Amino acid sequence: MRLSEADSQALAGAPPAPTYLEDGTTVMSWLNTRDHKRVGVMFLASVIFFFLIGGVFALLLRIKLLQPGPFFVDAISYNRMFTLHGVVMIFLFLIPAIPSAFGNFVLPLMIGARDVAFPRLNLGSFYLYVLGAAIAIWGMIHGGADTGWTFYTPYSSTTPTQVLPILLGAFILGFSSILTGLNFIVTVHTLRAPGLSWMRMPLFVWSTYATSIIQILATPVLGITLLIVSVERVAGFGLFDPARGGDPVLFQHMFWFYSHPAVYIMVLPAMGVISECVCAFSRKNPFGYKAIAYSSIGIAFVGFFTWGHHLFVAGQSTFDAGAFGILSMFVGVFTAIKVFNWVGTMYRGAISFRTPFAYICGFLYFIVFGGMTGVALATTSLDIHWHDTYFVVAHFHFIMVGASVMAFLAGLHYWFPKMFGRTYPEGWGLVAASLIILGFNATFIPQFLLGNFGMPRRYYQYPEHFQALNVASTAGATLLGFGFVIIFIYLVIALKYGSRSVPNPWGSKGFEWMTASPPPTHNFDEIPTITQMPHDYRTHEPPGVIRVA
Amino acid sequence: MNELLRRMLFLPDQASTFARDLDQLHYFVILTTFVMSTAVGLTAIFFFVRYRRRSETQTTPHIEPTWWMEVLFVGVPLVFFTFWFFLGFREFVRQQTPPSDAMDVYVQGKKWMWKFAYPDGPNAINVLRVPAGRNVRLLMTSRDVIHSFYVPEFRMKKDVLPGRYTQQWFNATTPGRYQILCAEYCGAGHSIMRGEVIVMKPQEYEDWLTSQRRGLIAQQDGSPTALDFAPALGNMVEQGRRIAAEQGCLKCHSTDGTRHIGPTWLDLYQRREKLTDGSTVVADEAYLTQSMMDPAMQVVDGFQPVMPSFQGKLAGPETAALVEFIKSLQSDAVRTGPSEGPAYAPIRGR
Repeated sequence: MRLSEADSQALAGAPPAPTYLEDGTTVMSWLNTRDHKRVGVMFLASVIFFFLIGGVFALLLRIKLLQPGPFFVDAISYNRMFTLHGVVMIFLFLIPAIPSAFGNFVLPLMIGARDVAFPRLNLGSFYLYVLGAAIAIWGMIHGGADTGWTFYTPYSSTTPTQVLPILLGAFILGFSSILTGLNFIVTVHTLRAPGLSWMRMPLFVWSTYATSIIQILATPVLGITLLIVSVERVAGFGLFDPARGGDPVLFQHMFWFYSHPAVYIMVLPAMGVISECVCAFSRKNPFGYKAIAYSSIGIAFVGFFTWGHHLFVAGQSTFDAGAFGILSMFVGVFTAIKVFNWVGTMYRGAISFRTPFAYICGFLYFIVFGGMTGVALATTSLDIHWHDTYFVVAHFHFIMVGASVMAFLAGLHYWFPKMFGRTYPEGWGLVAASLIILGFNATFIPQFLLGNFGMPRRYYQYPEHFQALNVASTAGATLLGFGFVIIFIYLVIALKYGSRSVPNPWGSKGFEWMTASPPPTHNFDEIPTITQMPHDYRTHEPPGVIRVA
Repeated sequence: MNELLRRMLFLPDQASTFARDLDQLHYFVILTTFVMSTAVGLTAIFFFVRYRRRSETQTTPHIEPTWWMEVLFVGVPLVFFTFWFFLGFREFVRQQTPPSDAMDVYVQGKKWMWKFAYPDGPNAINVLRVPAGRNVRLLMTSRDVIHSFYVPEFRMKKDVLPGRYTQQWFNATTPGRYQILCAEYCGAGHSIMRGEVIVMKPQEYEDWLTSQRRGLIAQQDGSPTALDFAPALGNMVEQGRRIAAEQGCLKCHSTDGTRHIGPTWLDLYQRREKLTDGSTVVADEAYLTQSMMDPAMQVVDGFQPVMPSFQGKLAGPETAALVEFIKSLQSDAVRTGPSEGPAYAPIRGR
């Protein structure tokens, strides 16, 4: 448990094993790596790159919406831009962001393993991501699709824009997601350190495990669906296009059978990050460990039976609407259980208000408000007015940006010393966090009101009485954009010039801090034996590598 | 209270029998959401202030929730959400079940306009006239892709699907004009696929209907229609201008030289157009007519082939009137001055 005499000497005296960053510095040593940490870092760099691209599209859209009439770009370019914003943010950022970047980096460390179960497959998953992204980008440069990220038929089977490369790109990205999920499931089942029973697993591992189940079961359905749309476009099969004998609503059922669980692919790992950060910064054991762990599995399971709440006005039967409506309520209950337990974790803790904690506060508020507006949308009759308006846009941005991106940023700051052995500037971190949380509210609260007011989404031009709220939203988006730019700049500077971090700067008792920061290539000189729950703060440790006997 | 909350939440006017009931539920749900998120937020802030870290060596006790907390954590949201669901679903069933005495109107959506047809006459484009206080059932279908019929003031929305009919009913309470918006993304003109519901006092509606049907009976008898007396209504250019507005041509084609979804009509006649396949064509009467009937055949370079065919939708004289209208649009014949931006179809009466 405690840093023993021998350990301190080993840390101070003997030359330490080279960290994973120093073990080979050529480009090829990165591209050919089978080290889960390097794969994680490559994923992290890629998802941040695509987040910036998606963000630029978002700002361009907001600039157009300053004016109700034609302005800045023409209608078809606008339609392409919101499609690309959606596709980039969902398939290239949100889905891989936390599982593939942080999951790859910390999951093996958390369970005391030297690597994931299939290191080559892990690298393969990264290259599939690169291939899928390259094809999608190629499609964007050569025209881009104008279907919206939802690809609703028969519009997507008949539009003359370049839908095929985007469909193919998303299809390949799906395989990257499936392989990562498969790898994590096998890793969690086979490579846990001695003593690490299921009921001692860190909560991030639980939520990533639940995510992996969804990735494996739901993503193939998306693959099939996108493939059928492609075949319909190329070969003229009529599966979805009614002009050729197909059924357009069938597409919506198949699409949302993936894409609703995909929301949980995006948000469950975020919940895992928050579970870790809340404990570390409250210096407290998770309140209701089992409740948080089981509710992750509950969300993964029930999430498969709620897709019909996207079709309340699409012509499905009233009975179906009722069934999907009540099932959607259960997902809300599981999320509520988590929220109460996170707040409970702070009770009698020792809370330190650092940058990740600022994002936790943002996250809690956004997930309660975003989650409850989600349940409100699933309240069948209310959805009639809100469906396909800015209310829906604001709701899912509260969950996707408000919850997932806040958790991504919390994790990025929490694990930054772990990944790179450097510290970020705390003052700038808090400034950026305040800007982002403020800017986020200023962007999306006006959009809730726009939805109430009746402004449909994906509108290039809009009636003039919607203008004031649109201008307010664009002003907020500018703040939000500044916040992200500040983070990007100080983290890049900190990578090279940040002061050296101690191995465990937060005094955290998460299991990933059992090894040095940054960790050596093989993670542990000796596989640790786990004798306690994660985040047990009943005893004090001097800052340093925690040793679990 | 109703009015105050409605304005605070930016909800539009309540102009149908659904609107008020739905808004009550809306207030209840939004207020619970506010109370809950504030409660969670305040608790977190209280804990943060009360339990802030006092030293870097601080330890904390191991605490787990007691059974009654777990019951509370599951029970409170479950009760609330189920309650929301039952209130909401009761209203949903009411909205999905048209009363048997409803009058029917057929609705057809197509890129990017709405067409309305009353079983015994008349037809209308983009303007739906209904009497106040009467149950109306809309039987809706689409000619091309999925659209969605949305009237915010009625709190009413339903997707309009190609290849099948969907239905939706409402009872408008307040005479007035309400915008119809398309809520399902349908391409370049999605945001200007707007129509209008005119709710009339019952007597005015009956008068309007009678006058419309009189005209229709005359047509069925094979008697000449108003269109056949073209000079009486103005010359062919004037007719063409009216038809262009009614058929939605001006949503994509500007008449002042501005580039929009389709090529501008200004100076189009006799212009040498470069096509997507590299060849050129002179925009004469034959080309203009062919472009209305089979638009995808020869597309002008730089534009998307998004125009629907008007085969069977324009009568011979109407096509001719449109061609004459286009021919009249010569820049030396048009006033000079700053561009007013692309024109879209004015809704009659505005």
